[in-house]
Amino acid sequence: MLRKCLAIAALGLALAGGPALAAGSQKEPRTVEWSFNGPFGKFDRAQLQRGFKVYREVCAACHSMDLMSFRNLGQKGGPFYDPKYPNPNDNPDVKTIAKDFETSEIDQETGDIVKRPATPADRFPNPYPNEAAARAGNGGALPPDFSTLSKARMGGADYIYSLLSGYSTPPAGLEVPSGQYYNPYMLGDVSAFWKGKGHAPPGGFIAMPPQLAADKVTFDDDTKSTIDQQARDVAAFLTWASEPKMEERKAFGVGAMIYLLILAGLLYMSYKRIWRNVAH
Amino acid sequence: MSGHSNYIPKTGFERWLDARLPIARLAYDSLVDFPTPKNLNYWYTFGGILALCLGIQLVTGIVLAMHYVPHVDHAFASIERIMRDVNYGWLIRYMHSNGASMFFIAVYAHMFRGLYYGSYKAPRELLWILGCVIYLLMMATAFMGYVLPWGQMSFHGAVVITNLFGALPLIGQSITTWLWGGFAVDNATLNRFFSLHYLMPFMIAGVVILHVWALHVTGNNNPTGVHVQSKADTVPFHPYYTVKDGFAIALFMLMFAAFVFFSPNALGHPDNYIPANPLVTPAHIVPEWYFLPFYAILRAVPDKLMGVLLMFGAIAVLFILPWLDTSRVRSLRYRPTTRMYFFIFVVACLVLGFCGGRLPDDYVIPGLKSFQLLDADLNSMVWLSRFATAYYFAYFLIILPVMGLTENPLSQPKSISEPVLSHSAALPVGAAASPEKRG
Repeated sequence: MLRKCLAIAALGLALAGGPALAAGSQKEPRTVEWSFNGPFGKFDRAQLQRGFKVYREVCAACHSMDLMSFRNLGQKGGPFYDPKYPNPNDNPDVKTIAKDFETSEIDQETGDIVKRPATPADRFPNPYPNEAAARAGNGGALPPDFSTLSKARMGGADYIYSLLSGYSTPPAGLEVPSGQYYNPYMLGDVSAFWKGKGHAPPGGFIAMPPQLAADKVTFDDDTKSTIDQQARDVAAFLTWASEPKMEERKAFGVGAMIYLLILAGLLYMSYKRIWRNVAH
Repeated sequence: MSGHSNYIPKTGFERWLDARLPIARLAYDSLVDFPTPKNLNYWYTFGGILALCLGIQLVTGIVLAMHYVPHVDHAFASIERIMRDVNYGWLIRYMHSNGASMFFIAVYAHMFRGLYYGSYKAPRELLWILGCVIYLLMMATAFMGYVLPWGQMSFHGAVVITNLFGALPLIGQSITTWLWGGFAVDNATLNRFFSLHYLMPFMIAGVVILHVWALHVTGNNNPTGVHVQSKADTVPFHPYYTVKDGFAIALFMLMFAAFVFFSPNALGHPDNYIPANPLVTPAHIVPEWYFLPFYAILRAVPDKLMGVLLMFGAIAVLFILPWLDTSRVRSLRYRPTTRMYFFIFVVACLVLGFCGGRLPDDYVIPGLKSFQLLDADLNSMVWLSRFATAYYFAYFLIILPVMGLTENPLSQPKSISEPVLSHSAALPVGAAASPEKRG
């Protein structure tokens, strides 16, 4: 009992420390009932495919995903996983997707850099050759890499979804600097730009204009393509990309917990039996 | 390791070995036959849990080092490669990163237990001091380990902590440059931190051996604080405590597994999944949760040097604790007034941890602006941590020395067995009802 109390106290301490640090003025992200929530959660394959399409057609123009290879899309747990192709490099869907991208390599004959269609083993190509080019193309702001985005933001998938679908017209009295956009979920502080009455509105400025629009992406599975749906799907896809082994981890964890519970029960019974004749 | 040995070599090989290298005798005396007070409660299981934590960190760490690349350009990606492409790499890496937190949960429980039952008092002063050395090494190891992923918090945490040494007069700047291996936190720093992060756990293991050795010379303290007087007071370590520790370890592992499998990033900071960028400073640089109380002490003092000295002093005071507590009674069970101060001390430590995770100017009670005294806003985290810091030091430097001289302790039992035999439930021989609820 005492042990438990201490553990809880220690964790309370830890948790009190953690979220407290997001002490900005931004709105709390809206929570979504994700299919991957909870210890038994799994990714929704169709949602991951839709999310990938949103990424590919909208986000990928500016945002890199340096740690992702095309083969990842077809690996176990991935959006295009097919049990017929345990080696994702053989997966025809993945091959088709990769072929549509161009990647550069060095011609062994001439030493020149040549372009060729990508293969499943290739990484997602970066839309910019370097950081300076990325900044130059985006008004000085650097579009963050998406490989670990969902782990790198307080609120994870909820935050990405809320930000993308949460752009609103700036309240009267807020002077939005040129090249910036107001978003109530963005980390930051707009009080220096607030000329209205009362408290400054929540949120901050973001250099990315609203990207999603109804029917901007056509989903292959006839899901209605609203801003909310696109934001949800791409947030799910980015969460998968940040934690591609989440399903494996949770499934393993359920087994581990059952094992440990049985072990603890057996040890408790042994303990009672061994100590039964000792007054203590 | 000391005193009489009951080991009897049974086979010819054991006799042969015993005459040359009595390693089986050592194991038998320290892990099987070792007489242990029979009234140890669950707070005494953290020693075994800590040994397991060290083992887990060593094994997972050695495997991680096979895949990790200690270079500023590759460290972040190499960790993500472990998470994505190494077989069960996610498991090994999450066990290692959460294992550090579990290690500290267990060590704090172990230390508070020692404080409560007076386990630092004669003849166990060296045992306690060796424990403090382990704790210090753990902090250094954990800090350097947190730098290795080379995320935003890794980098900027390393900048903040190494710069603390710069506050020392005259030699400060030289020490900082020496620690960095250059004029800024950079590749040389990462390399040496990796090297030391690999070395220090083995130093910890070495001091753990001394710690266990010292334990086996003096024997365990126990919740009554009364010395073991006869064989009736003890049970052999095996099977009595192997099974009890085993049960506690299984419960601890359940909590550990819940974090690793279902919430592996809950104890970390999201910013550490952003690759380090020296040109972009995170909004709030915070250490891992287990350093937050010391971070709060550091920030409680306006002067940087004094803050650094006070922070290190908070650990240094533990080393002289055996001579600060003047009471002849070990266990706080029989010191009701000091016990009350002890619980306030625990709360003060938790408050410090809480303050360490907040901004110094944050309100303790939101919206209340009337606690102004001259130019100080007493309703702020920085003032709360000042009060808690003052209590932290007062507990060791004033309360414990004074209470030992003035307090009237309750009468202690004559032996460990005495309070046990007075229990009504202990009278009938056989399975006693819920013995875990008693000391």
